[in-house]
Amino acid sequence: MSDSVATSRAPARTPTRTEAFEKRLKKRYASERRFRWMGLGAIIFSIVVLLFLLGNMSINGFAGFQRAELQVPIDFREAGLSGDPAVLSQPGAVQSLEAQGLPQVVEFYAGEALGEEAAEQLDPQAWREVADAVTADPAILRGETTFWLPASAGLASGLAGEGAQEMRLLATRLTADGVLASRLDLGFLARSDATNPQQVGIWGALKGSILTMIVTLLLAFPIGVLAALYLEEYAPKNRWTDIIEVSINNLAAVPSIIFGLLGLAVFLWIFPNMRSAPLIGGMTLALMTMPVIVISGRNAIKAVPPSIRDGALAIGASPVQVAFHHVLPLALPGILTGTIIGMARALGETAPLLLIGMRAFVATPPDGFTSPATVLPVQIFLWSDEIDRGFVERTSAAIIVLLLFLLVMNGLAIYLRNKFEKTW
Amino acid sequence: MSPLILLLLAIGLGLVGWLAGRARAWSFRKSGPMRLASLPNYHGWYVALWIAIPVLIFVAVWSAIAPGLVMQHVLAQPAAADLPAFGFQRQTILNEARAVATGDAMGVFNAEARGLVEPFREAIGRYDIVGIVVALVIAFAAGAFSFLRLRPDFRARNRVEKSVMAILLVASLVAILTTLGILASLVFETVRFFGMVSPLDFLFGTFWGPDPMSGAANPDGSRYGAIPLFWGTIFIGAIIAMIVAIPLGLMSAIYLTQYAPGRLRTWVKPALEILAGVPTVVYGYFAALTVAPFIRDLALAAGVSNPSSESALAAGLVMGVMIIPFVSSMADDSIAAVPAAMRDGSLAMGATHSETIKRVLVPAALPGIVAGVMLAISRAIGETMIVVMAASTAANLTANPLEAMTTVTVQIVAMLTGEGSFDHPATLSAFALGFVLFIVTLALNFIALRVVKRFREAYE
Repeated sequence: MSDSVATSRAPARTPTRTEAFEKRLKKRYASERRFRWMGLGAIIFSIVVLLFLLGNMSINGFAGFQRAELQVPIDFREAGLSGDPAVLSQPGAVQSLEAQGLPQVVEFYAGEALGEEAAEQLDPQAWREVADAVTADPAILRGETTFWLPASAGLASGLAGEGAQEMRLLATRLTADGVLASRLDLGFLARSDATNPQQVGIWGALKGSILTMIVTLLLAFPIGVLAALYLEEYAPKNRWTDIIEVSINNLAAVPSIIFGLLGLAVFLWIFPNMRSAPLIGGMTLALMTMPVIVISGRNAIKAVPPSIRDGALAIGASPVQVAFHHVLPLALPGILTGTIIGMARALGETAPLLLIGMRAFVATPPDGFTSPATVLPVQIFLWSDEIDRGFVERTSAAIIVLLLFLLVMNGLAIYLRNKFEKTW
Repeated sequence: MSPLILLLLAIGLGLVGWLAGRARAWSFRKSGPMRLASLPNYHGWYVALWIAIPVLIFVAVWSAIAPGLVMQHVLAQPAAADLPAFGFQRQTILNEARAVATGDAMGVFNAEARGLVEPFREAIGRYDIVGIVVALVIAFAAGAFSFLRLRPDFRARNRVEKSVMAILLVASLVAILTTLGILASLVFETVRFFGMVSPLDFLFGTFWGPDPMSGAANPDGSRYGAIPLFWGTIFIGAIIAMIVAIPLGLMSAIYLTQYAPGRLRTWVKPALEILAGVPTVVYGYFAALTVAPFIRDLALAAGVSNPSSESALAAGLVMGVMIIPFVSSMADDSIAAVPAAMRDGSLAMGATHSETIKRVLVPAALPGIVAGVMLAISRAIGETMIVVMAASTAANLTANPLEAMTTVTVQIVAMLTGEGSFDHPATLSAFALGFVLFIVTLALNFIALRVVKRFREAYE
């Protein structure tokens, strides 16, 4: 441009839009467009990865909610099982049915209906599902009922078109007969961990997660809110409160695995018998969640206008009354939003729980805060280690359950934020 | 006695105290002409706090020491004399007997445990009763003391508020306690580790291969060189992941703040936040099952012989995707903080939009962006599950992203989830690694905060 300025002293106006200028302008606009496309491309890439991840999980997970089942009609009238309601309502009902020969009964009818070769491919634990059905409704002992029972892992992979050649042939034949099918398996939501992908379920891990979250919430929420209240409303500005503030901010940035090391070294040292208990897991996660709640709580409390405090103080409320009667209720939606987000993070956390021993094989759902348990993310991690083909789908199904939980929690946080959002 | 029941007992007793204190205050109000100095509720709270806090403290202490007392009682029994002196089996037997005594298990595997069930049951029952009785005595004494202090002119509110302030202070001290707890546990175990392996070997050695099965007495210091782990961590977390995350995150932030129409922004921002909210175990699964095999196939097709199925590249790429929203939201904030006048000035001079961004906005927002990148690196090197699932446990000092590599966090998990005992240097090395990780992430966060504080003020 400097040339054009220099020549503009000449009598006539030289055109500013010289060829070189036009060329340069074109180049600049092209680079502008490129830059813009790069930005859009970055976003599209991220969204595509997200969609691919979710799509991949959903497709696999959909298969995880299904399992290969064999159709077995059982005529209980001939089986000679005693259907004493008093026994069947007792906790030992399944054992009593086993003692009466229910496994053999199931085996016999499976052989009748499917033939020798296919009956062998019935899952060895399949009779338990018959037993559960009988204890749920003893009346079926008086008639004939058709059950869909889980097939062996080998036949299941045969049905999926993998595995041994003979299994694939058998699966094709049985499917053609209409006695083998891949059916929706809602029991997946009700069972616990097992060694066979056909038998596993998510309920044990889900219950462990819920118990752990309860402990986390009960510890982190009150401590976090009270600490936020103190720091925002009362704390004098001195070295001590500076240290508190710095340590809270640091804790929010400490890698989660360090909290696992803390739980291992401190909590398991105090409670050596509680390895893999939801209580210890919840305590560890609470320390991790607390700083998140404090930080969001402070922001929510800060957002309450001072006029409300002044008004309350002016009509004679004490500072504590101002905080608990006026500031806290107004800040609560914001605090809750932060709490839910912190809890969602804790729900998805795996590493600290691995270190404190929540990676054990737990085949029964935990029945309390101190019994051994596993949680959803750890269950996903454990299943992902299984090479068995069927576990891939099951893992994806568990991931879907976990993601749905997170979605509900985040949805709740967004709803709270929108519903109670105030502008003063 | 489970701590939960004692906890409920404390809350129940507190409630009783609350009702009693309140009733007493009401009776003052009815009987005398005198005005109460505090509302009846505060009298209730005063008594309740006097009861609940001592009982809660007792419950906390008791649930920590009672198991030890039970154990002592059981070990004093003659049946305990034939137990193996030390070690794993003794512990198993004791645990079994306890489980049966508390009703957690139906029967025992070890015959030795059978004789111990009764002593356990007896001891647990006895100490339960002791615990409840002491809790009741404390509650009654404290309750009576506080109840008798109630007078019409008693300033219950001031007392209650003072204790509320104390409770608030204690709640905020939990953060310091946690920090101290982390430091103490890490330092203590690290010092133990350095008592067995020289810190120089650990920090500067280039071969990592702890053997948890070897004798713990004379560890081979040359097997504890952590340089390959540090390199793996930096390579995966700070190099590969950042090559993905910084451009993509920065460009997303620029597009969202500068170009995107409002409607698109309201949809895309939450979508990016979902990316940040996906649990890392899901990313790890994705990396191990989808990305890693894909990269291996790609490498095979490109003619690389024998590529590893657990590559640093797979872990790093997926970690980078996880970090994108983090970088983008930090960059978003700092770009938005640049005064509009600077942008308008540049546009008025005839610069195109992208030139304004590249020459004015980004340099002006640089401190915030740099801080965001540092926080992102600190998050990436502390990330565990993606690398545990997608990287390997083989320590490898190489710059080839297709090779298997391991990181600090992977080794922490590997060392602590094995069967090794806590006296073995292999197990203790996990704490030393954790300590290094803690220091490094703290330093990164500290620098990031400093950078923001120092350079941000220029515009205000």
